[in-house]
Amino acid sequence: MGFYIAQFLTGLASASSLFLVAAGLSIIFGVTRIVNFAHGSLFMLGAFSAYSISQHLGFWPAIPLAALAVGAVGWLMERTVLSRLYDAQELFQLVATFALVLIIQDAALWIWGPTDLLGPRAPGLTGIVRILGEPVPMYDLFLIGIGLSVLAAIWWMFTRTRFGVLVRAATEDREMLQALGVRPARLFQATFFIGAALAGLGGALEMPRQPASLLMDLNIIAEAFVVVVIGGMGSIAGAFLAALLISELNAFGILVLPEITLVAAFAVMAVVLVLRPHGLLGKPVTSQPHAVEIQPPQTLGRVGRIAAAVLLIFLLTLPLFAGEFLVVLTGDILVLALFAAGLQFMMGTGGLISFGHAAFFGLGAYAAAMMVRDAGTGMVPALLAAPVIAAVGAVVIGWFAVRLSGVYLAMLTLAAAQILWSAGIQWQDVTGGDDGILGIWPDAWAKGTASFYYLTLALSAGGIAALMIIADGRFGRLLRAGRDAPARAGALGIDIRRRNWAAIVIAGTAAGLAGGIFAFSKGSVFPDTLAIPRSVDALVMVLLGGLHAPAGPILGAGVFSILEDVLSRLPYWRALLGAAVLAIALFAPGGIAGALSARINRTGKVRP
Amino acid sequence: MKFVRPIALAAMFSVSLIATVIPAAQAAEPIRIGEINSYTRLPAFTEPYRKGWQMALEEINAAGGINGRPLEIISRDDAGKPGTAVKIAEELVKRDKVVMLSGTFFSHIGLAVSDYAKQNKIMFLASEPLTDALVWSNGNDYTFRLRPSTYMQAAMLAAEAAKTDAVTWATVSPNYSYGKDAVEAFKQVLTKLKPSVKFVDEQWPALFKIDAGVTVRSLEAAKSDAIYNVTFGPDLSALVREGTVRGLFEGRTVVSLLTGEPEYLEPLKGEAPKGWIVTGYPWYAIDTPAHNAFRKAYEARWNETLKMGSLVGYNTVLSIAAVLKKAGSTDTTALVAAMKDLKVATPGGEITYRDADHQATMGSWVGKTDVIDGAGQMTGWRYVDGAEVLPAAAEAKAMRPAN
Repeated sequence: MGFYIAQFLTGLASASSLFLVAAGLSIIFGVTRIVNFAHGSLFMLGAFSAYSISQHLGFWPAIPLAALAVGAVGWLMERTVLSRLYDAQELFQLVATFALVLIIQDAALWIWGPTDLLGPRAPGLTGIVRILGEPVPMYDLFLIGIGLSVLAAIWWMFTRTRFGVLVRAATEDREMLQALGVRPARLFQATFFIGAALAGLGGALEMPRQPASLLMDLNIIAEAFVVVVIGGMGSIAGAFLAALLISELNAFGILVLPEITLVAAFAVMAVVLVLRPHGLLGKPVTSQPHAVEIQPPQTLGRVGRIAAAVLLIFLLTLPLFAGEFLVVLTGDILVLALFAAGLQFMMGTGGLISFGHAAFFGLGAYAAAMMVRDAGTGMVPALLAAPVIAAVGAVVIGWFAVRLSGVYLAMLTLAAAQILWSAGIQWQDVTGGDDGILGIWPDAWAKGTASFYYLTLALSAGGIAALMIIADGRFGRLLRAGRDAPARAGALGIDIRRRNWAAIVIAGTAAGLAGGIFAFSKGSVFPDTLAIPRSVDALVMVLLGGLHAPAGPILGAGVFSILEDVLSRLPYWRALLGAAVLAIALFAPGGIAGALSARINRTGKVRP
Repeated sequence: MKFVRPIALAAMFSVSLIATVIPAAQAAEPIRIGEINSYTRLPAFTEPYRKGWQMALEEINAAGGINGRPLEIISRDDAGKPGTAVKIAEELVKRDKVVMLSGTFFSHIGLAVSDYAKQNKIMFLASEPLTDALVWSNGNDYTFRLRPSTYMQAAMLAAEAAKTDAVTWATVSPNYSYGKDAVEAFKQVLTKLKPSVKFVDEQWPALFKIDAGVTVRSLEAAKSDAIYNVTFGPDLSALVREGTVRGLFEGRTVVSLLTGEPEYLEPLKGEAPKGWIVTGYPWYAIDTPAHNAFRKAYEARWNETLKMGSLVGYNTVLSIAAVLKKAGSTDTTALVAAMKDLKVATPGGEITYRDADHQATMGSWVGKTDVIDGAGQMTGWRYVDGAEVLPAAAEAKAMRPAN
């Protein structure tokens, strides 16, 4: 019995530290509707700051000071970046916060250096107490106390103070609150400060448990997302419950099934989202966070058609005059453009946000690789299998996903991608695990740089053109109707759910084809084709190019690849890439294509 | 033109960047080597590595280069993505015309580049990736590996573990290929040496996400005589702290892979575990003329102490220089032929690139951890030559695919 109680307490201590991070994320989302990807970076900054402060002032002062310092960073983030994005779509906020992740990563590397920094242990709390004969570290009990106190303090603040009432009002209906004369700007700043300080506190309190390291940010963020989603976005009690659930599941799960560690949290999240779409204690969002704006259909205008023709001629003749590597690079860009075009179709035309688009890319890549390795087929059947298998995956994931909307849908796609990614790593007999599948090279006739390039060009350009035609046709119009005016579209007898489902399958098919070509261009497939950074890359490309512009994915993929290729030769290049992405999110919300077409419109010379 | 301009600009920009990297006004055309590593993904390990190879490069060029030509290394960051690494390999080979590729840290990236090397018939010297697949099950004619592999390091530890009284063992290892291979190799060798051993528990925390408290408790619950640890980096620090607080290591034999390397031991400072049997790099205590000279030069050049990566980076460039000199040509066929039983004098002793499986015999230091002057160090160590633990040539060759 004592063993299980001690195991429970250990799980509870982990739950407390997870709760601190997730609570901050949840509060920020509840009030501002921003999914803050940089929340993990704040956690990391908390750990590093606490280490530095503790070297001068000792352990105890370091904890609150680090929390305050990180709170200030959060406030600064809100003032300089996010306050400009409240009216933008979720995509912009997500991508902007991801740019902040890159910038903070390099800033931390610059300030603290590459080595892990193990801080001091908590003076007075280094020992253990025996509970029913089992040793339990005193610091664990302290953490449990902090977790419960923070829960109580937040509850008190939300129910007993004017500030809390306003925050809850903002969560329920921001427009109404504004109409009643409350200045939301102040509220948002305070929210960001508190949310960031909680993340900083969480990071600082990790000091006796793990070293401050540059890997902390992305390690915690996925788990914090899971907790917030399971608990119900914006619900603090839900976040606590979910943190407890995940941590205890881990604590007891590994006794039975030690290999559960990778997949457990995401599997729980997927189940919860299917059974209770708004999380355990979450409420459906009552008001739309942004006024719905009817996006006019964007098709290629005269300038666009001329540009497309010029581009196509340029691409067709490229191998005749360009060096071999430029041809390879352009082929890479075409694959990414197809990947991004599918996502843009789903998000732009369909209004369905995906944070896990890598799921389909990776499915395609693995399908192609397994055809070659296991079925011994050549490249052509493998390239056919890639989109088919990805489509099957999209049918399954889409069936669950269309029951949700907005951020919840995005989170379910993230969970699906993470489950597949875990399978990629753990199901070693089939996927080769981390060592991947090697030797996936093109057939002899397509082996040459130019031949493979033309194959890539044909498939990618064909895929992108097909997506454009579908978006332009009857199906695309119905999809847009469901996106902009679901109630009216429903009244007209359009089955929105089925259209959305089909849109996900179409997007998944395109991503699968891209993944298949990618496998043959690199000769190998690894779990990173399924990982979060690949999904984020796709989002960044869609944003860079322009969410609604037909040329968006091509421009986005091109600019992104070239930026990465050029910048990655410089020191601290991730911060530079982050800054570039941030600049576009802030100053060119229509993306590059949007900015170009706006310029053409203003000069009045031609209409797109 | 909208589409042409950025590409053209980028190309011009890249070319001008590379131009600035190339040392100006060299009399002879430099020999170019392509180097790829995960500099931004894992700077704690790849930065010392970079410093190591840079120092070797400077020494070689100061001594007149290779056969009268200066050596030039074009180094690129793969950001931890195998796809990016292959793209960079392609650029290095096709645009920069490098004569061979080197580097990589992560096993999967090493494998991706090695497959590229095989496909495109270019030599690849893998410096850091540890996976056995690189030279055995996925070995190929063009790929060679410097650092002692997972199997070699696990075998060194298994030999020490067999000498202890421990019969029941629990393992804790990160949940991915390296961790799985390291546990499997250890089990295999230890069971062969001492058939009475029993493996009673295994823990598989997610890489860099260990929940140390519950992992330690689960290991404790197994009540084994000994623990075999493969976790490293932040996971190791967390495991050591939780395990020490909860008394997990008291009265138990602990055998731990790579823990003696400064990269992993130094962050623990005075809390480094005592009495663990580890593989590592006791740079502070190695007293040979070659190593003393290396250490002195490194500390003078970078004003910091040695890491494992420094030695690996240094040996990488020494190997490259040696093979270029021996081949007397930059032609791939000549280079691959020259790699056959190539001998290189390194600060740690002479190493040989085995013809049978393309693995270098660079060894590792095996010893026990202790805390000396508030810092973790290895004591009672000895250098285990890689040749001691590698399977016999014929056996190794049999594991490689025929190609």
